[in-house]
Amino acid sequence: MNSRFLSDRIFGLIGLALALGYALSALAIKESFLSDAVGPKTFPLIIAGVLGLASAAIVLRPDPDPVWPALPRLAEIGAAVLVMVLYARLLPELGFVIATAFAAGYLAWRLGTRPLGAVLTGVGVSVGIYAVFHLALGLSLARGPLGF
Amino acid sequence: MDTIANLADGFAIALTWQNLGLALLGAFLGTIIGALPGLGPSNGVAILIPLAFSLGLGATPALILLTSVYYGAMYGGRISSILLNIPGDEPAMMTCLDGHPMAQKGMAGEALSLSGIASFVGSIVATFGLILLAPQLVKIALLFGPAEYFALFTLAFATLGGVSSTNQAKSAFAAALGIGLAMVGVDTQTGVPRFTFGEVHLYDGIDFLVAIVGLFALSEVFLFLEHRHGSSDAEGKKMTIGRIVPPLKMIKDTSGAMARSTGIGFLAGVLPGAGASLGSFLAYALEKKISDKDGTFGKGDPRGLAAPEAGNNAAAGGALVPMLALGVPGSGTTAVLLAVLLSLNITPGPLLFTQNPDVVWGLIAALFIANFMLLALNIPMVGMFTRILMVPPRVLMPIVAMVSFVGIYGISGSSFDLYVMIGFGVLGWVLRKLDVPLVPIILGTLLGNAMESNLRRAITISDGDWSVLFGSPVSLVLWAVALAGFVLPIVVGKVIKARMHGARQTAQAEEMDATD
Repeated sequence: MNSRFLSDRIFGLIGLALALGYALSALAIKESFLSDAVGPKTFPLIIAGVLGLASAAIVLRPDPDPVWPALPRLAEIGAAVLVMVLYARLLPELGFVIATAFAAGYLAWRLGTRPLGAVLTGVGVSVGIYAVFHLALGLSLARGPLGF
Repeated sequence: MDTIANLADGFAIALTWQNLGLALLGAFLGTIIGALPGLGPSNGVAILIPLAFSLGLGATPALILLTSVYYGAMYGGRISSILLNIPGDEPAMMTCLDGHPMAQKGMAGEALSLSGIASFVGSIVATFGLILLAPQLVKIALLFGPAEYFALFTLAFATLGGVSSTNQAKSAFAAALGIGLAMVGVDTQTGVPRFTFGEVHLYDGIDFLVAIVGLFALSEVFLFLEHRHGSSDAEGKKMTIGRIVPPLKMIKDTSGAMARSTGIGFLAGVLPGAGASLGSFLAYALEKKISDKDGTFGKGDPRGLAAPEAGNNAAAGGALVPMLALGVPGSGTTAVLLAVLLSLNITPGPLLFTQNPDVVWGLIAALFIANFMLLALNIPMVGMFTRILMVPPRVLMPIVAMVSFVGIYGISGSSFDLYVMIGFGVLGWVLRKLDVPLVPIILGTLLGNAMESNLRRAITISDGDWSVLFGSPVSLVLWAVALAGFVLPIVVGKVIKARMHGARQTAQAEEMDATD
């Protein structure tokens, strides 16, 4: 097995597993007594078949590997995902302005803004979006304990 | 004559102060979005859909706003191609070939305004083409039954990878993944939950807007984080614009190129599997063959700039024909427009023309208006738009991320949708690394349910006889085109793709030689 094609081989195998899992959970769908001629299972099974065939083709005829980032950059993306999940979790509790200032500031910092600039960017983005979308356009945003 | 009366009605709808204001706002925002690094027509419109939706605009005004953004982004995309030699999206690749050399010769202003005019010609003519062709296609589409529709959906997925696709297995994978995601939720025909794993939030299915914003917008943020690409490409480059009105002689010299390219581009847009990239490539290749007698193409020939710009804008207009008349988009950007329509509860297709003529003709009138506004905005204000290239991604990307969150949170007010969106963002980043196209996933989530219900209706009508899918001449033709559209790229796709990229690389190599 040529290691230059490893990514696509792994990707194809994951795809095959996904197709199998999809087919199994399609088979587990409970038929209702009011069913049409096709039923709720058939089309998902066809799709699982297409998914499986496409994945098999990717395993057998893989493209050359992309350039994957080094571990620190992967950790960077992982950290950003974590911050976004925390943001989604804390948004209703902290309120829009505070939560957004933190999240936007973090992203700006990690993209290479100096710390002070990142704080300013975070607050600016947050207050700017609040002013445009909430105050001017009347979109309802998450309200925190301080009312904004 | 019907057409003219309809169009007049359309203008009556579009020409209110509110709609004109929205068109102007959309055209302005769109040009900015197109010019910004890392945002283009698809992801720019994607992050604005949930906003237009939660602001409670009516169907026609929202549609006018978002199509103006879409057209504006097509105009704005050329700015970075010409000034920085960085194409904003694939169709803009050909614009770099002669546009950037013109800018290097100190003719940046002329290049920008000439390409603005070429874009205008391309899209105005294509809009006329849309008016003439779409009603004819509707007449054919009215003959379609569920079996034909099922074949048509299959055709759309089979040809979506396009003639320039390199790996059809990955396109098929993406389409199946998208359709598979659409199956999540309560089955509309029997009421049983599917693939919900007991999670109540999933009973309504996965909102396609959540998928689109995650896949298109958030994955872009992750790409920039991966490379810590925080500074602007324009930093440290001097950008002198020069005169911003092209000499009349230049317009006259390029008019032939514009006319030919508009025709080719429009055809490429209407045909399934071609799209704007191929439209601009064919336009450039043909113009080179016809006009390049002194070997000036690739060195800043205005005709080499006008041709691909007219071609790709005409293709963008042409792509609206199958989207509006059949409800089946043939390209990524029209897939996003389909999402706009569906989120406004409008189902495009032949019935749209008979049941909601106000939406169709209001939209077409809006396209005309947006084009004139874009021309008016783009020529005098191009200097201002070029400054937008200086916005560094380290400021822009946090804004993109936060506006995405605001839009999705505004629809449902639930953190669950935000988690799903983040998941799609990560998925989008991984798939982009692996060169898996994202557009079939989007189209799958949009059309999956309609595709299934047409299949089930067809089989139910025929009492369980599956051969009905191949039972009429129309469906046989559709299946044949689908098959050809899927197999052809495997045979010839590599050649065409290589030529498209080859043209750009030779040009870059020559530029390197020239500067050495």
